[in-house]
Amino acid sequence: MAEPSMLPPASGHDKLMIGQSAAGIYLAHAVLILGVVIVAFPIYYTFVASTHTLQTILRPPLPLVPGSEAVANYSEALFGGIGRIGGVGVGTLLFNSTVTALGIALGKIVISILSAYAIVFYRFPLRMTFFWLIFITLMLPVEVRILPTYKVMVDLGLIDTYAGLIVPLIASATATLLFRQFFLTIPGELVEAARVDGAGPWKFFKDILLPLSRTNIAALFVILFIYGWTQYLWPLLVTNRNDMNTIVIALRKMISFADADTEWHLVMVTAILAILPPILVVVLMQRWFVRGLIETEK
Amino acid sequence: MATVDLKDVRKTYPSGVEAVKGVSIAIHDKALCVLVGPSGCGKSTLLRMIAGLEAITDGAIAIEGKVVNAIGPAERDIAMVFQNYALYPHMSVYDNMAYGLRNRGTPRDEIDRRVRATAKTLELDHLLKRQPRELSGGQRQRVAMGRAIVRNPKVFLFDEPLSNLDAKLRGQMRVEIKNLQRALGVTSVYVTHDQLEAMTLADVLVVMNAGVVEQIGAPLDVYERPETTFVASFIGAPPMNLLPVAALPSSITSAAPAGAATLGFRPEDGTFSDHSEQSQLSLAAEVEGVEPVGAESFLYCRHADNRLILRASGRTTVEPGARLAVTIAPEKMHWFDGEGKRLS
Ligand SMILES: Nc1ncnc2c1ncn2[C@@H]1O[C@H](COP(=O)(O)OP(=O)(O)OP(=O)(O)O)[C@@H](O)[C@H]1O
Ligand SMILES: [Mg+2]
Repeated sequence: MAEPSMLPPASGHDKLMIGQSAAGIYLAHAVLILGVVIVAFPIYYTFVASTHTLQTILRPPLPLVPGSEAVANYSEALFGGIGRIGGVGVGTLLFNSTVTALGIALGKIVISILSAYAIVFYRFPLRMTFFWLIFITLMLPVEVRILPTYKVMVDLGLIDTYAGLIVPLIASATATLLFRQFFLTIPGELVEAARVDGAGPWKFFKDILLPLSRTNIAALFVILFIYGWTQYLWPLLVTNRNDMNTIVIALRKMISFADADTEWHLVMVTAILAILPPILVVVLMQRWFVRGLIETEK
Repeated sequence: MATVDLKDVRKTYPSGVEAVKGVSIAIHDKALCVLVGPSGCGKSTLLRMIAGLEAITDGAIAIEGKVVNAIGPAERDIAMVFQNYALYPHMSVYDNMAYGLRNRGTPRDEIDRRVRATAKTLELDHLLKRQPRELSGGQRQRVAMGRAIVRNPKVFLFDEPLSNLDAKLRGQMRVEIKNLQRALGVTSVYVTHDQLEAMTLADVLVVMNAGVVEQIGAPLDVYERPETTFVASFIGAPPMNLLPVAALPSSITSAAPAGAATLGFRPEDGTFSDHSEQSQLSLAAEVEGVEPVGAESFLYCRHADNRLILRASGRTTVEPGARLAVTIAPEKMHWFDGEGKRLS
């Protein structure tokens, strides 16, 4: 395992920690490993359960090693459809969740980067008023405005549509503020150099602002994708049809209060499949994500 | 024939600050005009108005005889070198130089040719693929110059382009800028608060103070005939000595024109000898400090309540505390009236 000598050289910051002595390093590792076990074990156990038959799951104790039903369970869930939610396959649910999460993440990024662009780089009447209006909406999450928003969606006929799932969650004061703070660090000289170089507002945005913001965008994308993926209350309200459910909602619907009605092996499969896309996004964008949080390129 | 003409140009910022209070300058073709003045005197504001980055409150700016007040920076055909270089951080050196040309729709092969030619003149050819953060300060400065040169504009504008470099590199770049500007023959306006830079670079020197022009002229003319006490004390290092007439012996003031309030003389124009040789025509001065800088030494002295600086060539044997008799040749005396204006 990790020898003390394999650790990266201690930076000035590390000196404040206990990581200098061998005992300290082993203690730190012990704590971290314990943490990983606590977090990972339930997930592992869910995975184990997803590879056994319903009968095995219902007859305790549940084995600690994966069973032989993996292929059968996963193909049943993905392609066969699940009875309790009207025969809709997990594939459809994954698709719905992906569209929703992507829509929310990309929509929020587009809207917030454009609002921040306007607020920082343009002088127009009531500029600060708009800024404060956006800021105030921080205090109005979906839960607070849920009734009027629901009414609007009903009137517009957007129940059971992707637009209904995505649009009400798109406005984002947080992301706007984040981009605003970043844009404010861009030196005025750079803006002027671009003007002298003949870059109009659109070219400046596309050629300079967007490339400079890319690590910020990546970090935000990860956060917002997971935010969209794990939405519960709003999708619960705005979708009625089983084939428009997101995977999180469907998972809830698949569980009956009478244990016998619940196809636990399929629930476990669905749970595992529901975790995968966010993990994938984090793993794939990890490098960018960390850079976006710690580094500002200038 | 790219001339730049400013006619009674004024700038009042929305906050109410009057940064430029009526400036008129005529810069002829191919000239290098240096705006010099203390911090906050409105140099950058004036330059940014020429660039079109700042709206003109009143007056007119003409480039090549055409008034450009209402024209944006891109259409004025100027190029600007900024104090902090303002290179695009995410673009390679090549792209930094090519960006302005691309926006103008220059054909790709022509862009390539011009970028490479410019890079060669500035010895940047081996750096074309690098990003600005991988360059030293001096190299960034060159890229900023390259970005201006490659566009082949009518006018170059420089806003303290050398102030972020160390003294040695600054001297080197100063010579290089001068040579480049000569070779390219592009009319230029150069802002600095460093009077040495101003003196060595300028064809035309414009000394500004508090939003107004104090004097315009060839650098040495300005040095030899400062029009105001401000110019006298700003141009030249160390500055001209300024003594109130009231503190001078009558033997000296008898040479003063009517209305004189201040006598000025350059440190190198005061000849001094030992106190014992004090004569009618000399000032008594007490040495307070000696600053040898190698080829010359500066003597910091006091005459009555006024401080003055004298220059001695080479090493000097004068010690602090010594008493000197200072004599000034009448033709080296500068007289100013009560408002600081030059007399005769
Ligand atoms: N955007 C602005 N809004 C309001 N006042 C400004 C603005 N920019 C500059 N000023 C003021 O105008 C005056 C002239 O500023 P300017 O930047 O032209 O000075 P400068 O001569 O370039 O000084 P420095 O040598 O320090 O760069 C200053 O008093 C400054 O405070
Ligand atoms: Mg300035």
